[in-house]
Amino acid sequence: MTTRSTAGAAPATPLPGLAALGFVGLVVGGAFAGLIAEGARDPQGAAAALDGYMLRVAGFTLFQAAASTVLSVVPAIAVARALSRHPRFFGRSLILKLFAVPLALPAIVAAMGILSLFGRAGWFAAAFSAMTGGTWPGIYGLSGILLAHVFFNLPLAARLFAEALETVPADQWRLSSQLGMRAGIVFRLIEWPVLRAALPGVAGLVFMLCVTSFTIVLTLGGGPAASTLEVAIYQALRFDFDPARAVVLTLAQVALTLIVVAFLVRIGANLSGDANLAVTNRRYMAASGSERVFDGFCIAAALLLVAGPMAAIVAAGLEADLWRLVREASFLRATATSLVLATASATLAAALAWSLTAAGRRLAGSASFVLVVPPIVIGAGWFVLLRTVADVFAIAPAMVVAVNAIMAMPFALRAIRPAHDAAAARHDRLCAALGIGGWNRLRLIDWPALRRPLATALTFAAALSLGDLGVIALFGSDTVKTLPYLLYERMGSYRTADAAGLALLLGAFCLLLILAADRLGRTEDT
Amino acid sequence: MRTGLSVTLEKVTFRYGETAFFLDAGFEPGAVTAVMGPSGSGKTTLLNLVAGFEDPGSGRVLIGGEDMAGRAPAERPVSMIFQENNLFGHLTVAMNVGLGRSPSLKLDMRDREAVTAAIARVGLAGKEKRLPRELSGGERQRVAIARVLVRERPVLLLDEPFAALGPALRADMLGLIGELHAERAMTVLFVTHHPEDARRIAQNVVFLSDGRVESSGKAADFFGNSAPRAFRDYVGGTSPAR
Repeated sequence: MTTRSTAGAAPATPLPGLAALGFVGLVVGGAFAGLIAEGARDPQGAAAALDGYMLRVAGFTLFQAAASTVLSVVPAIAVARALSRHPRFFGRSLILKLFAVPLALPAIVAAMGILSLFGRAGWFAAAFSAMTGGTWPGIYGLSGILLAHVFFNLPLAARLFAEALETVPADQWRLSSQLGMRAGIVFRLIEWPVLRAALPGVAGLVFMLCVTSFTIVLTLGGGPAASTLEVAIYQALRFDFDPARAVVLTLAQVALTLIVVAFLVRIGANLSGDANLAVTNRRYMAASGSERVFDGFCIAAALLLVAGPMAAIVAAGLEADLWRLVREASFLRATATSLVLATASATLAAALAWSLTAAGRRLAGSASFVLVVPPIVIGAGWFVLLRTVADVFAIAPAMVVAVNAIMAMPFALRAIRPAHDAAAARHDRLCAALGIGGWNRLRLIDWPALRRPLATALTFAAALSLGDLGVIALFGSDTVKTLPYLLYERMGSYRTADAAGLALLLGAFCLLLILAADRLGRTEDT
Repeated sequence: MRTGLSVTLEKVTFRYGETAFFLDAGFEPGAVTAVMGPSGSGKTTLLNLVAGFEDPGSGRVLIGGEDMAGRAPAERPVSMIFQENNLFGHLTVAMNVGLGRSPSLKLDMRDREAVTAAIARVGLAGKEKRLPRELSGGERQRVAIARVLVRERPVLLLDEPFAALGPALRADMLGLIGELHAERAMTVLFVTHHPEDARRIAQNVVFLSDGRVESSGKAADFFGNSAPRAFRDYVGGTSPAR
């Protein structure tokens, strides 16, 4: 690292970058090697696993994802439109902040919130029992999965659509009011074109998140009738111990995600118009009475959907005996394990991201493909590969750290890269002229510019890892338990009060980390 | 109906954040008045008040002697051209112009003919089906002018519409505005930073400073030796006596 060329070009020795890419390749490649070796070892078993069950599970995976996408995205358009049409009302910014919370919440915590409302012993159980005239069985199966997915994805989609609507230049709003356009025409001529341009990206993201959704389906699916490929992989490995079936299911999941991604890349073509810069964020429109009522209804309904489960988490969690809970040995052990694993995985994620960024644009771009590979797939591959040579439960910590780090890496890249590229554009020539390179450059030039983005990446990756119930579900055991794993155990053994308390603590923990990451990222001074 | 209406701001006050404006000015019907002044002096605010995008804190905005209070932007007898973003990027030239006739794009035969004629009048015949991104910056502003033509409103507000164009193009556009004004005699309020623009097509000048009307009068006076001192300071190097 003695010489550097101008911005964007690769440095002379991108060694750390290559090492990072090699590590990612090893973890992902090792998983696939394990899957292929197992398939080759037991071809009959693999062939036998290509049965009606697998097709049914694959079908359900697609169906629930499609239904979740439609139920999230269509109402999100109405909500985003309502929010953008009323730029100033009491509590608006609070609502927008609230809409960001589900993203930060671990899936298992959200599942717990939904169960405290609509579960067998949930708050609405009595009312539903009275209404249906039987005993309310709890919201399991398709309806539970859909509700949870909408809880996560509707606010996400609404925020993305609202962002898209903000790109409409203020002049166009002024123009539309001068020309006297009605709401329907404004929607057709101004709002819809922007929304439609954003639609493939938003719907694709939501669909992808739902196809690879593991925790929600595991906790709310409630049985083989509502099982997705990822959950079926987990069951094949943990319960049936049928590696051949797991291999087939995993390959099916990979094929499915690849098809979906290829499809999305095709339709995701962006309709880019001329670059318009908004002058102000003011709107010059007055909504009519009936429009106001409709907009208010949309916002209120979305608010209820988002705030309901969150309020339930808090209320049910506070009912639990938190003081006893936090002194329990199992809680303390799980917390310590979680903190160590999350810290390690966040550090690894940030280091990977930094190495890749420093190595140049192309390398960093090529590493983002890992987003397409679900963690369960990687976990399953290594599980199958190592089960004959080692105690799979003993390698749990390494697995969790490695896989979570790789999963968080694209997000870390997103935090670090803009700052790095901006700094490189400013400093590369100067450093070259002054002969500042290697360690000196790292210490004097790069570190001050990247300190904050790195901290953002670290906290964000830690939050992701802390709340994840993916790899740990496969590899967890009595010796290695993280907080989400402990929570899942408590939910399974019907210790609902303890589970609610744990959910509150875990949720609060992750939320605080995300808030910290957000603050670190925002107050960046340039 | 095409001839201009008078525009009057009667002791209009307006607050925007920290800045307070007090605008008291009259604009001669059927004349081009250049609205000039330093950045932040209230030029765009003045146009926004006339167009109805902002409401006065107190005072009255009168057009043709009629109080505009409570009148939505679309109900006022004005058209406005902005510096940018005058067109909808996904609509063709003809549709963008047609919006001036009907905000829902329901156009009958006569409307269509008017649209075609207006597009031809601004020199864009044959480009009706183009999208804005296939046009140059000057051509885009011509489309906006064509829309003004089909709207047939007696007052035209120009908010630095040619500031982003090069000198030759700007001269062309000024020529076009001058011709249209000669044909239709609408009242034009023209915000510009360029004294030579004002000198070329404006009969009157209103000079703003710090949210107030500093001075106003005939363009001939402003660009002659009796120009108000503050205006001369503002114009600075480009000396009026050439």
